[in-house]
Amino acid sequence: MDYHSPASFAEASALAQNATGITRFLAGGTDVLVQLRSELVTPDTLIDIKKINGVHDITRNSDGSWTLGVAATGAEMSEHPELGHDWPGVVEAMDLIGSTQVQGRATLTGNLCNGSPAADSVPAMVAAGVTVTVTGPEGARDVAVENIPTGPGKTSLAKGEVISSVNIPARGENGGDAYLRFIPRTEMDIAVVGVGVNLRLDGDIITEARVSLGAVAPTVLLVEEAARAIIGTTLDDAALDALTAAASAACNPIDDKRGTIAFRTEVAGVLAKRTAKIAYARAKGEQA
Amino acid sequence: MALDHRKSIFNFVGTRPDRPDGLDKVTGRARFGADAYAPGMLHGAILRSPHAHARIVRIDTSKAEALKDVKAIVTRADFAVLPFKPGLEGEFWNVLENVMAGEKALYDGHAIAAVAATSALAARDALKLIEVEYEVLPHVTDVDNAMAADAPVIREGAADYSVPEGMHPNVVRYHESGHGDVEAGFAEADLVIEDSFVTEATHQGYIEPHACLASLGMDGKGELWCTTQGHWYAQKYCATLLGIETAQLRVTASEIGGGFGGKTTVFIEPVALALSRKANRPVKLVMNRSEVFRSTGPTSSASMDIKIGMKKDGTITAAQGIFRLQGGAFPGAPGDLTAMCAFAPYDLTNVRQVGYDVIANRPKQAAYRAPGAPMGAFAVESVLDELCNQLGLDPVDVRLKNAAAEGSKASYGPTYERIGLVETLEAAKAHPHYSAPLKPGQGRGISCGFWFNHGGETSVSLALSEDGSAQVMVGTPDIGGSRASMALMAAEVLGIPYENIRVTVADTASLGYNDVSHGSRVTYASGLATIKAANHAVEKLCERAAAKWGIPVDAVKWEDGCAVPSGPNAGDFDPLPLADITADMGATGGPISGHFEATPEGAGVSFGTHIVDAEVDSETGKTSIVRYTVIQDAGKAIHPTYVEGQYQGGAAQGIGWALNEEYIYGEDGRLQNSIFLDYRIPVASDLPMIDTVIVEVPNPGHPFGVRGVGETGIVPPLAAIANAVSNAAGVRMKQLPMSPPRILAALKEK
Ligand SMILES: Cc1cc2nc3c(=O)[nH]c(=O)nc-3n(C[C@H](O)[C@H](O)[C@H](O)COP(=O)(O)OP(=O)(O)OC[C@H]3O[C@@H](n4cnc5c(N)ncnc54)[C@H](O)[C@@H]3O)c2cc1C
Repeated sequence: MDYHSPASFAEASALAQNATGITRFLAGGTDVLVQLRSELVTPDTLIDIKKINGVHDITRNSDGSWTLGVAATGAEMSEHPELGHDWPGVVEAMDLIGSTQVQGRATLTGNLCNGSPAADSVPAMVAAGVTVTVTGPEGARDVAVENIPTGPGKTSLAKGEVISSVNIPARGENGGDAYLRFIPRTEMDIAVVGVGVNLRLDGDIITEARVSLGAVAPTVLLVEEAARAIIGTTLDDAALDALTAAASAACNPIDDKRGTIAFRTEVAGVLAKRTAKIAYARAKGEQA
Repeated sequence: MALDHRKSIFNFVGTRPDRPDGLDKVTGRARFGADAYAPGMLHGAILRSPHAHARIVRIDTSKAEALKDVKAIVTRADFAVLPFKPGLEGEFWNVLENVMAGEKALYDGHAIAAVAATSALAARDALKLIEVEYEVLPHVTDVDNAMAADAPVIREGAADYSVPEGMHPNVVRYHESGHGDVEAGFAEADLVIEDSFVTEATHQGYIEPHACLASLGMDGKGELWCTTQGHWYAQKYCATLLGIETAQLRVTASEIGGGFGGKTTVFIEPVALALSRKANRPVKLVMNRSEVFRSTGPTSSASMDIKIGMKKDGTITAAQGIFRLQGGAFPGAPGDLTAMCAFAPYDLTNVRQVGYDVIANRPKQAAYRAPGAPMGAFAVESVLDELCNQLGLDPVDVRLKNAAAEGSKASYGPTYERIGLVETLEAAKAHPHYSAPLKPGQGRGISCGFWFNHGGETSVSLALSEDGSAQVMVGTPDIGGSRASMALMAAEVLGIPYENIRVTVADTASLGYNDVSHGSRVTYASGLATIKAANHAVEKLCERAAAKWGIPVDAVKWEDGCAVPSGPNAGDFDPLPLADITADMGATGGPISGHFEATPEGAGVSFGTHIVDAEVDSETGKTSIVRYTVIQDAGKAIHPTYVEGQYQGGAAQGIGWALNEEYIYGEDGRLQNSIFLDYRIPVASDLPMIDTVIVEVPNPGHPFGVRGVGETGIVPPLAAIANAVSNAAGVRMKQLPMSPPRILAALKEK
């Protein structure tokens, strides 16, 4: 196994481009090292991106948008004085990952690129409209988060491509986001269903919404029907029922040791309703 | 001896001093199974079957052997060399077959071969070079399927004499017991409920994986360090499997990171010894978590049919249970114990119970706290709860009405001596928890539970030092704070401070045979032996005082750590403290020690009653345990904090078993959840504070009244939680674990 710690993303990209066999980028390592230790994946090349300048930075840009370095950890996000105020859903989703120890290492980018359909931060990022900057042999491009995963353990990143930053839009006025997951226990478990909701209000009326589901299909889903069910409403009971139905209808889950098809489909609807209520309350400036 | 009369006023017993191993454990100085090293040590690794059932056609180890880092490879052939014990039978054969497969791999994870190499990594790499050709055979993992006519036969001739003719060969033991006439009893009932219940296998879930360091020379002399609940058992089994003399193998028990019954047998120890003998170097073997799940003993899974008749006033007229337990590919599933415990809390006129031990393609079950009892209690106490609900009766009152007491004929045969079930039920009824209001979505559950408790071979030595301190050597690994309890009991007899006593778990070369730390026996049996060994030393102390004073020894008695004249006629002498006698013991007759060994028979059965409140999210099926109270008879709590710890631990493990823990096998017969991420043991935040009430109804079979407390605490939880969840959800839950998908499905069918 070769270990590299490049000083720039261009260098990281070149190393990956020229590597043979299995290549992994090392962010927090909470997936990579666990897979290595349990002999699931033994990379031939390990490219540590934590030594690149600025990868831990969390920056609010002048237009109100946010740029997060790819090594910024869950703990750094939770401790940031303003990020959680703007995007409580994204921060709470990341904060659900693992334990205190894992929080000190785990990153949004690692969670996204590990490609798990159950990754907790991904539905929250999709709902928030987050993009990532991808640096490759041909330069850099921005890609919506929902276009990165292509199936369990798979991403759309080509050989030699590395994510160089995470870009969260400006929060703007009267917006709120939230993330809920279902696990049979209270923590240290893997999502059986995850739901991210992000919306904006005009008065009491929802004018914009994005609803995203995790762990109910081979990739995290952006469910437009679910968003449509609540746009133009005050999130009244009829809207919640329509949202519940749309979320359940979008599911295409598997039966496995973690949950049945029927269970995931049903609970996706329930959680969509509960998450939307929290996002709505946050958009109104209420505690939730 | 005076102390054979039950004591009721204590100076040390019943206090809560710090445990002697506490500092070592919180600072990391304690040495567990994997904390042993030896010069020239090799690292072992085990190749395991990926198939649930397969004939081993060929094993080719030549490529692995060619690696320079590899120093030894063993397969079953290396165990066949038994110079003076050629044919193994019964449990010895079972254990050998389990630690290293013979002709067939019998379950996913069954050991096939093992390597010793210069590093752990080299050993694991070498495993990948061992070629095994398998002929895959049909398999079965479910208990009901394993008994069906078309089930594959796992081992011809495994059944013993007890099995009635016409049963499938996978049924290997049969038990039937009871008394009275159940049919007549059912005819007298106002309501009869009959139902079926299923529980999945769970693992003991100890935090410390199995680990050992073995050294065995060509002269047949060996040393073994291992994490175990019973090092004499390990000594006997390892020596027998390797064909060496028992006394030539010295076994030392490490500190133990949990066992709960799962470390009452051997898995890697004989393999490490075989590797060591072949390599002529010490070999260390440490399991990873996945190996622990796949290859060590989980508990049995069960399928049960219960029928109980009751009168309108709550009197049980008859009770019948059929209990089918699956215990992996070897005989041993405790269907008999399930049957014997299931109705044991009740004084029944008509009762009949049947237990089956069924083999299937799963790892060999091992004991898990009160083996067999929790499942039976789940089934029986669920039906009792349903009877109470349908007849509009209070569940505690009904249990009180039928409760067994001194003189009751137990459902499994004997007549009870003094027991404390009624006291636990009365305490439950009086407890504020029982009358606390419930919120919407919440339900309350009650259950009783019973466990036999055990005595077992016990040997203890105690030696006094010149400065008046004492060392106690016991042979029972400390799995629950027992060193503190032994020191308290020795302090009580000797009359010296707790802090002046050091208790050591001695190795097999330092004491006679000691039974395993199981059966809730340690505080009872090693405690009894510690008291008697201390008495033995006290007799000698009194002799020395008598000689010094020139009076007969029966004119001396022992009081508060001093020899004193037994009465005014004995003479007028100042009390002689223990340390004054030991200070010159070398000159007055030599070292003073005490010893006791026996197989005590008066363990005293134990009962408990649990109260649980559960809240069910009706939209997701998720259960939260919101309040939990354990009430149990301890006879006499020597160290109340550790008694409470046992009560809480039993409840915590029961919560896991009831709600989310289960062995999940795929169609291919492979275990699907062999890591803690998917084997869902409760995390700390899943549990409420578990309240405890210690009831003390002294056991006549122990000088201080002790009853074992380690196991009874896991008997009621499955049932109590199932009753709480069923009452909260408004639908009877008949299958464990009550995971959210199962509860949601049951709610839909309601
Ligand atoms: C105990 C424990 C609990 C956990 N609990 C949860 C949980 O509750 N929810 C959850 O979703 N996950 C959980 N995880 C999984 C893991 O912690 C998360 O997926 C985490 O976000 C991964 O981030 P990382 O920085 O550690 O990734 P790494 O392990 O460093 O990398 C993961 C993947 O991302 C790729 N990668 C990393 N950086 C880049 C980059 N810049 N460009 C391209 N690819 C990149 C790597 O090649 C690798 O494939 C848990 C893990 C553990 C050990």
